[in-house]
Amino acid sequence: MLRYLFIRLGSALLVTFGVICIVFFLLHLIPGDPVEVMLGESAQQTDRAALRHELGLDLPLLNQFQTYLTRLIHLDLGHSLRSKQSIVAILSERVPATFQLAVVALLFAVMIALPLGLLSALRRNTWVDHSAMGFAMIGVSIPNFWMGPLLILIFSLWLGWFPVSGKAGFGSIVLPALTLGTALAAILSRMVRSAVLEVLNEEFIRTARAKGLNEWRVILKHALGNALLPVVTILGLQLGALLGGAVITETIFAWPGIGQLTIEAIQQRDYPVVQACVLIISLTYVAINTLTDIAYGLLDPRTRLT
Amino acid sequence: MTRYPIDRLFPLTILLLWTILALFGNWMDMAPDQIHLEKILVPPNAQAWFGFDDLGRSLFDRLITGARTSFLVSLWVVSLSAIIGTLIGMLAGWKGGWLDLLIVRIIDIFLAFPGILLAIALAGMLGPGLNNIVIALTVVGWVGFARLARAQTLSIKNREHIQAARALGTSTQRILIRHILPLIVAPLIVEATFGIASMVIAEAGLSFLGLGIQPPTASWGTMIRDGTRYMLVAPHMVIVPGLTLCLVVLSVNMLGDKLRDWMDIRIKS
Repeated sequence: MLRYLFIRLGSALLVTFGVICIVFFLLHLIPGDPVEVMLGESAQQTDRAALRHELGLDLPLLNQFQTYLTRLIHLDLGHSLRSKQSIVAILSERVPATFQLAVVALLFAVMIALPLGLLSALRRNTWVDHSAMGFAMIGVSIPNFWMGPLLILIFSLWLGWFPVSGKAGFGSIVLPALTLGTALAAILSRMVRSAVLEVLNEEFIRTARAKGLNEWRVILKHALGNALLPVVTILGLQLGALLGGAVITETIFAWPGIGQLTIEAIQQRDYPVVQACVLIISLTYVAINTLTDIAYGLLDPRTRLT
Repeated sequence: MTRYPIDRLFPLTILLLWTILALFGNWMDMAPDQIHLEKILVPPNAQAWFGFDDLGRSLFDRLITGARTSFLVSLWVVSLSAIIGTLIGMLAGWKGGWLDLLIVRIIDIFLAFPGILLAIALAGMLGPGLNNIVIALTVVGWVGFARLARAQTLSIKNREHIQAARALGTSTQRILIRHILPLIVAPLIVEATFGIASMVIAEAGLSFLGLGIQPPTASWGTMIRDGTRYMLVAPHMVIVPGLTLCLVVLSVNMLGDKLRDWMDIRIKS
């Protein structure tokens, strides 16, 4: 187990380093002079020189990377070009909102997917199965930037149940979380269905039935319990889609999270903030994946072999 | 006689329509940028099935021009990603050793950016425009093909006909293209089908965020974006382009599913 842990953490470290490299180079993708793009053409010569120096753009590339890394290790992400606040402070304001949204969306997704997948596996090839999987198909195909406006149209403007946007009160999280959770629910319900179908053919199910257990007990405890393990892995991977989708969803609903911050920063050409957002979101994803893998290795020793 | 059940006929019709409109749309008499001041926000009616937008432009005309945009972008991105990804993946699988290790690590790093985040960041840095979207999405898109091509190459590289080819002194290039590629092309096609769906969504998503196609050029994503500002007075501005986008994506996904089932059966039998 220890060996597995080390290997897994080692590769996570490598990926983290790679992500930092790519995020660092993002700044150098800006066509032309990044300082001019950020400050505009009318900026004073001294301001430009000051910014160039703050971003370290006056140094050779290797030194720039070195400075960037050193600052990162000291948890210094620099300052916003617009609000002059330190980026760490800005992020710590925004991250909780995204976290909330992601958790509620995940909850919605599991609440929809579990019964849906289970039902369609148990009633395989009936109309129940077909309509549940039809729903899943539609769920995968509706992009969140259409789902969001559609939900606003129906539930906020026509029915008036939830606020249109912003973050105020309990009701305001429902629509963004639904928007973010639907696609995940659709993918998950397909996973649950196929996992349950596979487990239902196992011998221990036959045993459980043969010893006269209540059918519900067989399904909920023996079938679902064993089917959930592969589903959990998929869940870890899909959290990435959730984090990526949060950028669009938060923009639609003006949800004050890190995703909205990313887009705002891009629009204001506040590139250090963009870099920081991309870095934080991706590293969170790397951490989640690593933890899922390690948890999986703990639960199921067979997976440690690779 | 072949039967055409509804779950194949429906997506095929939609996709055929999309392709035809994208390819021949500009031969039709389209005026996506023409402003009719008297028709601002006019809802769908018998004369104009899809109505007009906030500037009095015909939604129907914009929809068809937008079809061209989404078709072009997804076709370019999927072709480029497929070629680049397959090449890199096959090379990694075939060569093995440190090259394989390096490429696998690079793939892992690209996969560490969730969803379209990297494309958003790239498009944000490079600036908007058709070319930059294609670049941004290809940078994200090649990874899936590379991973698949590598795994497939690994699984067949020790087959007899390839050993025979090697023994005969065939060049690497020829082995890869003539002896391996034909055997691994089927799953790559499935990947490409799903890839088209996700690239149509990705292009529209970037345009929706204002990072993609710029006005006045019509794109389904910018149309939805414009529509969200007038939802209370003109809900058709959101519903029409969104529904179109969903139909296309749904069709690609349905066909992709069928294709995968069919290949699964063929592989098993």
